[in-house]
Amino acid sequence: METRSIMIVGVGGQGTLLASRILGNTLLNEGYDVKISEVHGMSQRGGSVVTYVRYGSAVSAPIIDKGGADVILAFELLEAKRALPYLKEGGTILVNSQKIDPMPVIMGAAEYPGDIPEELRAHANVRMTDALSLARTAGNSKAVNVVLIGMLAKTTDIAREKWVQTIEQTVPAKFLDVNKKAFALGYEA
Amino acid sequence: MKKILLGNAAVARGAYEAGVNFVSSYPGTPSTEITEECAKFNEIYCEWAPNEKVAAEAAIGASIAGGRAMSCCKHVGLNVMADPVFTASYTGVNGGLVLAVADDPGMHSSQNEQDSRHYAVAAKILMLEPSDSGECKEFTKAAFRLSEEYDTPVFLRLTTRVAHSQSIVELSEPEPQKVRPYEKNAAKNVMVPANAIKRHVIVEDRMRKLSDFAENCPFNKTEDNGAKIGVIASGITYLYAKEALGNNANYLKLGMIHPLPEKLIRDFCKKQEIVYVLEELDPVIENHCKTLGVQVEGKNRFSFLGEYSVNGIRRVILHEETSAPETTANTPVRPPVMCPGCPHRGTFYVLKKLGLTVSGDIGCYTLGAAPPLSSIDTTVCMGASVSAAHGMIKVRGEEAAKKTVSVIGDSTFIHSGITGLINTVYNKGGGTVIILDNSITGMTGHQQNPTTGKTIRGEATKQVDLELLCKAVGIDHVRIADPFDVKTFEAVVKEECARPEPSVIIAQRPCALLKQVKYTGCCEITDKCRNCKVCLKAGCPAIAVKDGRPVIDASQCNGCGLCVNVCPFGAIEKKEDA
Ligand SMILES: Cc1ncc(C[n+]2csc(CCOP(=O)(O)OP(=O)(O)O)c2C)c(N)n1
Repeated sequence: METRSIMIVGVGGQGTLLASRILGNTLLNEGYDVKISEVHGMSQRGGSVVTYVRYGSAVSAPIIDKGGADVILAFELLEAKRALPYLKEGGTILVNSQKIDPMPVIMGAAEYPGDIPEELRAHANVRMTDALSLARTAGNSKAVNVVLIGMLAKTTDIAREKWVQTIEQTVPAKFLDVNKKAFALGYEA
Repeated sequence: MKKILLGNAAVARGAYEAGVNFVSSYPGTPSTEITEECAKFNEIYCEWAPNEKVAAEAAIGASIAGGRAMSCCKHVGLNVMADPVFTASYTGVNGGLVLAVADDPGMHSSQNEQDSRHYAVAAKILMLEPSDSGECKEFTKAAFRLSEEYDTPVFLRLTTRVAHSQSIVELSEPEPQKVRPYEKNAAKNVMVPANAIKRHVIVEDRMRKLSDFAENCPFNKTEDNGAKIGVIASGITYLYAKEALGNNANYLKLGMIHPLPEKLIRDFCKKQEIVYVLEELDPVIENHCKTLGVQVEGKNRFSFLGEYSVNGIRRVILHEETSAPETTANTPVRPPVMCPGCPHRGTFYVLKKLGLTVSGDIGCYTLGAAPPLSSIDTTVCMGASVSAAHGMIKVRGEEAAKKTVSVIGDSTFIHSGITGLINTVYNKGGGTVIILDNSITGMTGHQQNPTTGKTIRGEATKQVDLELLCKAVGIDHVRIADPFDVKTFEAVVKEECARPEPSVIIAQRPCALLKQVKYTGCCEITDKCRNCKVCLKAGCPAIAVKDGRPVIDASQCNGCGLCVNVCPFGAIEKKEDA
């Protein structure tokens, strides 16, 4: 199978690492060759964070370059816009409608762009969801990451139970119920 | 069994499977997880050392005593560790000694972009470079074997993308740990001139043997695809090249990057119409080829700066452009910021307000250089805050001393700030050193250090008393203050700065991300607000202007209460959760 590339983008602290762990383990269980790459450290302090996930029969580079992503899973609207150049022609963007102001916007040195959904739609198949509200419905606003994994799962041909299995393997027991609900809400969104 | 592992975790796994006895390191992105992952194996003795020099020396001692030993650091950590390492090249080893060093092309979390391969050349030490997690594990195991076989320390070089990428690794059973016999051997281990002169002969002889080994090293592989283009690459650039060029190129993949082979390169290049050397940072392999008189393309076509990319390689070598959507220009940047509740915010709020010259250092608090706090004047390397302030003050005089402070984290102070402070006292300097004691090594992701009272595995141990330590080196005025109590903190800074002699303020408040820190509730701006916007000067990501007035975003606020103390009109209140 040809290598597929999924890029996960968000803001440090949003839990993108757990999302990529669930995704990676699911793909591994499916028998794919998988490579995941993310930069730890400085960028996690509320800055933009990016994770690359690539899978197929044999993956070379762990990084996705511009124009290379089949799917972008965006935890935040502005980060979706920033990641747009990494999308393949005709690719898909799954995006959380949540907005988090970056420091230049907070300080009034820049404005949060108003037309992001339109801009994304001009280049991509876009599915936008209010994952924060769904996470709250599931019982914890921190479960945004698993709501989004649910959305992503729906676009793949991997069986729903397989995803739930990896969530069971990956998430600590006391958060399992919330996360399973969050996954279901994302999957059905 | 197969597992998906981070490159760094795979290095740890390799060390475990090699039966490593001893690991001592100082954290540094992107190398930190190697040691953290080693600490998850109960069989391995692991520790955080106060700095890289101590860590490497401890590992050298462990190796001389017959254990397999490893020390891990980031590229700039190798500068700190260089002194013992150059001479360990002369003594060689007893138990295998592996030094894992992670470079950071593109400077994702570093202050420079140095290429550690130069150290392998300069110190005459064998260096291996893996491309993915599978190789991270295999090369680490081989590094211990080769270290013992050739009686040399071995460098394992990683770069950010290898250290921080995950790929599939086949796990094997570990070799049993053993401690080799130790015999006193002054001629080998006491590096006084008379002995070192003889050891240098052995080092040169070893380099010849290693050069021979490089010709047949199983990690140096050619791959003939019947193409006209040849590519020589190692590490991550090999994978970029495979991605970009596939079967349109033949490859010479170098897993052993010092010393480099001669015949292997000549033979490979002879068969190609054109050869590209793909290596990030400096032209180390390229220069080797040129020394051999082999013609290659390299830095004439590719950059010295930052990382290579798949599209870039495709563009230069195949002249193919990759099409990609463009985004409109108005995409505000999202730089990293201090977390909500970060204790450093209080300190920098005060320093900015007082308009002091701030000699900075490296840690989370380096973010105090960014707007709106914008308080830091210099940042060079770990420890430089204290010593550089001393130089500034000596040149600019006593008035400058009263306006100059150094800021340095607890881990960094122990790493190399304390020596600077001794210098200041000894040489009758001035200025105020503010130790930002947040009870943890924050920047690199929460490692214990000698000031926290806990070991790498969280066990209780003796804790350095910073106050006594500063007094012991001759600082007469040591104050402890809470940076969130901004009024008192400001008064303390003013008082200490006014003194002609050097002083220390320990700004004590734990990192907001530590488990034991439990801020609750959320801050709210009440109708007492006069819209002076002083609260914005704290640079908290939870406070933004909406419709001309500051508001607090409840989803970002953790209720730390700094803004309550900053507001001059008492207009911010803390509301506890219902
Ligand atoms: C020689 C060297 N080693 C390691 C690092 C990586 N590093 C940067 S800051 C830092 C420690 C920061 O801890 P601390 O001083 O306690 O400040 P904090 O981040 O907690 O505010 C480390 C290990 C480095 N930059 N240079």
